[in-house]
Amino acid sequence: MSPCSAAATVAPLAADCLLVTPLFEFPFESVYVRSIVFVSLYVSVLAVLLSTAVSLPVALVVGFSEFPGKRLLTSLINTGMGFPSVVVGLLVLFTVSSQGPLGELDLVFTKEAMIISQFVLATPAITAISLAAVTSVDSNLRDAARALGGTRLDVALVTIKEARYGIVTAVLAGFGRAISEVGSVLIVGGNIAGADGVSKTRTLTTAIQLEARQGRYETAMILGGILVVVVLAVNALVVRLGDDGVMR
Amino acid sequence: MTIQRREFVAALGGGVAVGLAGCTGSADDGGGPGVAGETLTLTTTTSTYDTGLLDELNAPFEDRYGVTVDAVAQGTGAALETARNGDSDVVMVHARSLEDEFVKSGYGVNRRDLMFNDFVIVGPEGDPAGIQGSDTATGAFWAIAEAKALFVSRGDNSGTHTKELAIWDAADVDPGGDWYRETGQGMGEVLNVANEQDAYTLSDRGTFLSQRSQLDLVILVQGPIEDGPERLANPYGIIAVNPAVHDHVNYDLAMAYIGFVTSPEGQRIIENYEANDEQLFYPRALSEDPDFQQYVPEGWEPDDDS
Repeated sequence: MSPCSAAATVAPLAADCLLVTPLFEFPFESVYVRSIVFVSLYVSVLAVLLSTAVSLPVALVVGFSEFPGKRLLTSLINTGMGFPSVVVGLLVLFTVSSQGPLGELDLVFTKEAMIISQFVLATPAITAISLAAVTSVDSNLRDAARALGGTRLDVALVTIKEARYGIVTAVLAGFGRAISEVGSVLIVGGNIAGADGVSKTRTLTTAIQLEARQGRYETAMILGGILVVVVLAVNALVVRLGDDGVMR
Repeated sequence: MTIQRREFVAALGGGVAVGLAGCTGSADDGGGPGVAGETLTLTTTTSTYDTGLLDELNAPFEDRYGVTVDAVAQGTGAALETARNGDSDVVMVHARSLEDEFVKSGYGVNRRDLMFNDFVIVGPEGDPAGIQGSDTATGAFWAIAEAKALFVSRGDNSGTHTKELAIWDAADVDPGGDWYRETGQGMGEVLNVANEQDAYTLSDRGTFLSQRSQLDLVILVQGPIEDGPERLANPYGIIAVNPAVHDHVNYDLAMAYIGFVTSPEGQRIIENYEANDEQLFYPRALSEDPDFQQYVPEGWEPDDDS
């Protein structure tokens, strides 16, 4: 991220796109808090969108087909849900470090690196829960869709529509894992905020860690409260979209 | 942290100014060096960061050069390791033995002495090991080990941890057992843990002072700033990453930063920086007399081949 976009766009964007702009008195400068909330949402939302784009097709393909090793693959995906975030952070750090395979891209201590690590963390959760939701859809429904002359895409869409609550749960589980996680974003992001108080790679979780490290438990708790509010707001929004978008 | 005290408008204005400089790619302040819009990655210790000093130093540097400083607070060992991997441009740390190793192995160039403060041995007011008034740090550590009084160690390969291990070594004590607890955390967290457990610990004066209002711990053995033993001195150095080893590092900007923080202006900022009305760091870069020792590993001789 160039300093131009980091410094010039973060503050106004944060002001515009946030539904939960703090309106009362805080122990922090509002630009600091808003930029932190923005970084948290930016990284987690993008990571979850990317994860969903990968997970959903995988869940549909694995869920609809029978092949040797399917059980093993399912167990692997389920295991991935419990993969320690610190380990993911280290692996991503090795990958994006200037000595690593993606070193040329200069991603260390950037939001992009954080998106990569959260993508790795969220994908197994979203895949596993979507897979469970998809496989629990009555197979008669799929047969009916096919019998009515539906293409593979139609069948997939019908299945997604039927499994929508499970899939929404999957996306929210992935988002919850991403936004509440501190280990990997600390390692690959570096918890950077500029001298002007604008966060570059500082998220709510790493900011809480920083406050707690200095014994300022009250301010840490306030940030924790903001994190809970943000997660609640996103959950409400996604559930609403899930209802409206699919049922129409 | 000073971020909280910063004025909203000033912060926003600064951000926009930096942003504009980055977008136009030219320094507005007329004839500035050709680094405007670039980003300097600084890896440093938690003590410089958590005390708030870095924000004070970096803001005027950013303004003058139209650049951004990404400061990553890691602890000395990790900060040097990140630099070894070529992931930072400049390091500001406080463990001379680790710095020397870093320079000797070719990863760092142009080391400068930056500033100093000192370490203090802090503990519960009751002082169960009776170390108050010890003339030496080793004597105090020996007494703590003898009394098996709780001691919280950083255990994180930081500058403070390196210093602590050197003191145990000099005191001829091999710390271990129930009373010795390694946390693997930053200085602030260790002070919190020591505070909760009524334990002793070694802290840099800066972090202790900036956090003292939340702690019941007291200074039991002073460092050299308050006439304590010289062994508790805590000098900070700043080193650029060698561009011959990592050709992508921003060497020009790293040297500009080293130039700024060791300049009269940078040194004045360090001297004037206070937390709770107490000076935390003492400038050390300016001296009329040459101090060649700052450029080379300790004990280095011209005819030494190392």
